[in-house]
Amino acid sequence: MPESGKRRKLTRGEMLVIAAPYAWIALFFLAPFALIVKISLSQPAQTRPPYEPVLDLANGVAGLFEKLSQFGLGAYRGLAEDNLYLDSYLSSLTIAGVATLICLIVAYPFALAIARAPRRLRPILIGFAVAPFWTSFLIRVYAWIALLKDEGLINHALMALGLIDAPLPMFATSGAVVVGIVYSYLPFMLLPLYAAIEGQDASLREAAADLGATPLQVFLHVTLPLSRRGIVAGALLVFIPAVGEFVIPDLLGGSDTLMIGRTLWNDFFANRDWPAASAAAVALLALLLFPILLYERAQLREDAR
Amino acid sequence: MNAARLARLGALVAGFVFLYGPIVILATMSFNASRLVTVWGGFSTKWYAALFHDEQMLRAAQISLAAAALSALIATINGLLAALALARFGAFRTRALFAGSIYAPLVMPEVVLGLGLLLVFVAFGVERGFLTLVLAHASFTMCFATVMIHAALKGCDRTLEEAAMDLGATPVRAFALVTLPLIAPSVVSAYLLAFIISLDDLVIASFATGPGATTLPMRIYSQVRLGVSPEVNAISTLLLGFVAAALGLSALITRGRAEGGGAG
Repeated sequence: MPESGKRRKLTRGEMLVIAAPYAWIALFFLAPFALIVKISLSQPAQTRPPYEPVLDLANGVAGLFEKLSQFGLGAYRGLAEDNLYLDSYLSSLTIAGVATLICLIVAYPFALAIARAPRRLRPILIGFAVAPFWTSFLIRVYAWIALLKDEGLINHALMALGLIDAPLPMFATSGAVVVGIVYSYLPFMLLPLYAAIEGQDASLREAAADLGATPLQVFLHVTLPLSRRGIVAGALLVFIPAVGEFVIPDLLGGSDTLMIGRTLWNDFFANRDWPAASAAAVALLALLLFPILLYERAQLREDAR
Repeated sequence: MNAARLARLGALVAGFVFLYGPIVILATMSFNASRLVTVWGGFSTKWYAALFHDEQMLRAAQISLAAAALSALIATINGLLAALALARFGAFRTRALFAGSIYAPLVMPEVVLGLGLLLVFVAFGVERGFLTLVLAHASFTMCFATVMIHAALKGCDRTLEEAAMDLGATPVRAFALVTLPLIAPSVVSAYLLAFIISLDDLVIASFATGPGATTLPMRIYSQVRLGVSPEVNAISTLLLGFVAAALGLSALITRGRAEGGGAG
């Protein structure tokens, strides 16, 4: 692939093909980011839209300079000073990290079992394992409310079995949010793991076994290291969206379950503080920049193949 | 050996119970005559009947379906063109920027995408409503469509198209007559995927839409916040059935193609 070679110019015909998608992403993907950064630097105002513009070319260059001098980091200062934000970041990272780990622990045996099933069953099994992902995210999260509530099915069953006397407080906790994330994002973990395990050469395992390795040793020294790429990809695909999640903490978490996506939402919809919401978005992206770049690099490498 | 097989079977069963259990329980509860999740009051379809008299819910469903149909169409056309550029143009200038922007929404937090799109609409002075909803969803689902069509294009034998051009077809004609029929199933699947994602989206729609165009997930969300209700169970079950049908259709199309290819 000429990935490292000279970049060439597009021909006129190619430009015709690429013009529409390029214009679209410039307008609806690149421009939004520029605007988020811009608004995050402006002052909140009680107007519509509720912020003071930073750059307004209507007043000419003089106006521009005057505006530039007002360039405010106020929204960010708010971020740094406000414990609410710091807590949301830490709590987002913790919840997403724990959920990613549990997701890996749940998904690995599942992926392994599918990858070692009879060859003709594998596509069907993986199809059924991924199918719930296409159904409504909101509804899948909602389904857990009926299970986790104090008067929900799990508590009801545990009490009927005599295992507990009073309902376990599961609903509206950080634990419920972790369960929701693991459930919702399991297919993201499952697919790369399955691909990494299924693609392995079975003769490597046989060779290890022939040389006297126990099944556990074969797993630890052959299967697990060979599936490293799948583990990294799956962990990124779960962790990245989980950090910015809004629906799950909002529906399953308690009012004290802070996550940055939820804080951004409340800043925007409840407090109408657009600069604060934008600053939260920039900070969220900064937090995710490294994992996203890691993922993008993997995608581009895949793409160049 | 038997113990290992048993363990794998156990992992499969546990995995599928975890994945499907909550959905099955939800669907069952939608037919429960009782309001309580823990009491079975007998089989009933009264919650479905109530649903069909809920004007707001029906209106929201209409808006969601229309927005999904339109935005998926735009996303598929844009995605086809973008996939062509990625699969066929090699290492053109700004390719990294283009590819990066295409793939980024796959992993970008929805709250950030939604906020950004809203700011664009406000900056251009567009009144928020159905139009902005469609534009936002078309942008957000385009990346999924691109990835799907790109995969199909990469697996496509390019020599067929070259042969057509050697025989005098213009590049556009060669693409339309040779490659497009080959990737048609993936294009249809990309449309269905974009449609389903749009139909399901709550976060981006909440930012992008206006008071006149409340979508079905937004309506469901506002009801869910009030707690579990049998009526929400009913609409959820209908949506699950709808998506299951769309998935089945998509699988049939893809299989039909695989079998057709095998025979030919």
